[in-house]
Amino acid sequence: MAQTAQAAQAAQEHGFLSPTGVEIAFLLVGLVTLGAAVVTVTTRQLVHAALWLVVALGGLAVEYLLLTAEFIAWVQVLIYVGSVVVLLLFGLMLTKAPIGRSPDTDSANRPVALAVALAAAAALVWVVVDAFRTTWIDLDGAVQGSTEVTGSILFRHWVLPFEALSVLLLAALVGAIVLSRKKKEGER
Amino acid sequence: MNDVLDVALRLLVVFAVFLVLPLVVGQTEHKVMAHMQGRLGPMYAGGFHGWAQLVADGVKFAQKEDVVPKDADRRVFQLAPAVALLPYLLVLVAIPVGPGEGAVGQVVDAGIFFVLAVMGVGVLGSLMAGWASANKFSLLGGLRTAAQLLAYELPMLLAAASVAMAAGTVSLPGILNAFEWWWLPWQIVGALVFFVAGLAELQRPPFDMPVADSEIIFGAYTEYTGLRFALFLLAEYAGIVVLCGLTTVLFLGGWHGPLGADGLGWVWTLLKTAVLAFVVIWLRVSYPRLREDQLQRLAWTTLVPLALAQIALTGIVKVAIN
Repeated sequence: MAQTAQAAQAAQEHGFLSPTGVEIAFLLVGLVTLGAAVVTVTTRQLVHAALWLVVALGGLAVEYLLLTAEFIAWVQVLIYVGSVVVLLLFGLMLTKAPIGRSPDTDSANRPVALAVALAAAAALVWVVVDAFRTTWIDLDGAVQGSTEVTGSILFRHWVLPFEALSVLLLAALVGAIVLSRKKKEGER
Repeated sequence: MNDVLDVALRLLVVFAVFLVLPLVVGQTEHKVMAHMQGRLGPMYAGGFHGWAQLVADGVKFAQKEDVVPKDADRRVFQLAPAVALLPYLLVLVAIPVGPGEGAVGQVVDAGIFFVLAVMGVGVLGSLMAGWASANKFSLLGGLRTAAQLLAYELPMLLAAASVAMAAGTVSLPGILNAFEWWWLPWQIVGALVFFVAGLAELQRPPFDMPVADSEIIFGAYTEYTGLRFALFLLAEYAGIVVLCGLTTVLFLGGWHGPLGADGLGWVWTLLKTAVLAFVVIWLRVSYPRLREDQLQRLAWTTLVPLALAQIALTGIVKVAIN
């Protein structure tokens, strides 16, 4: 009951039918991102898929920017576009990256993959919609996603998950080193 | 209206700097290299000591035919130079040359992350060029570019993080506002790591394995002609300007100088940037090219530990001061 009242109030205050410029930009960038993501998984050219992934990840960074989360946006570019995609392209070039179509890019698991993707997307959309239903960002007020705000929240309220994640990543790092060294000895 | 004019004017100035400074660095490289090798360099174009040589080069490049190899991936091939060049233009917007709001294209809150993230994107241009050319030398060049970036991105980030820790902010003007002269000896190791890693990211000698002309012709750029080739060259020199400017801002105190006259801060910034650019050219003339394994070893066994040590030192001193 309270939620619907809140939603009605939000609709009155902001108006769902007369979107602002930022909201229109957000929607358009979202459409581009979605389109790039779909092309990424449907294209038959391997390297093109990786390059479309750059567009999708970059579009996501722009969305973060529009949500005033500047720090997250740049980290997104730094980690995903700058490192993960480069690593991906490096791997593709090292192994097999023909110019033109690759005949064996499609596997028989396509329907299963589609089902999993749809389920994951539905769950995520549901969670986000349910959590932020009537939350509006006040663009003229204090910045809510600046580095300072992100940092203080991360190290005040979320220290334990942060440290746990660091330990997990460290374990993964050590594990990777151990695995790669073992293989070499086996070859000899 | 005033706001729009202000933004337009700032962008225009940044664009002009973007077009002029790389050419100045290029001409300086011609002359400095020549004199270090006992030659004169270009002497005729434009009359006075060949000052217009690069303008003439530009005209020549614009006249050349723009060839796309038959088996190449046309669109990616043609897009690559723009992807290589544009990031440096974007980075230039965020570098402050003097104190105050008036001397920076746009104040970015997370400035360090912005410049490092966007600079990393430029490498995608080389990768795209290397793959799309349908040429084995180009592909090898692209591979070497990627391997080099993966090795040198980490020390560069760590060195920059050290400065951010010292200043307590990640905004570039904020770092300069917090700067004190004794940061120079305090952060000197980080500065060296940052500069060396930046050189490697730009593929400048002695880290020019990806374009090693005696081994793989010209790496990822082998198949390029005319204006697109010129854009790649421009990206390299714009990269030098950006790297030297960033090192100046992060480690050498930007507009701060011993004779700190008000309103002349931008002279200090330009002067320090110019000296660093000279060092970049100097290194090209004096050092032989590193082999791939030497390059990787330098990154992983020297630069990364040094950067980590710098971060530890920064942390200790910072806690001690407080």
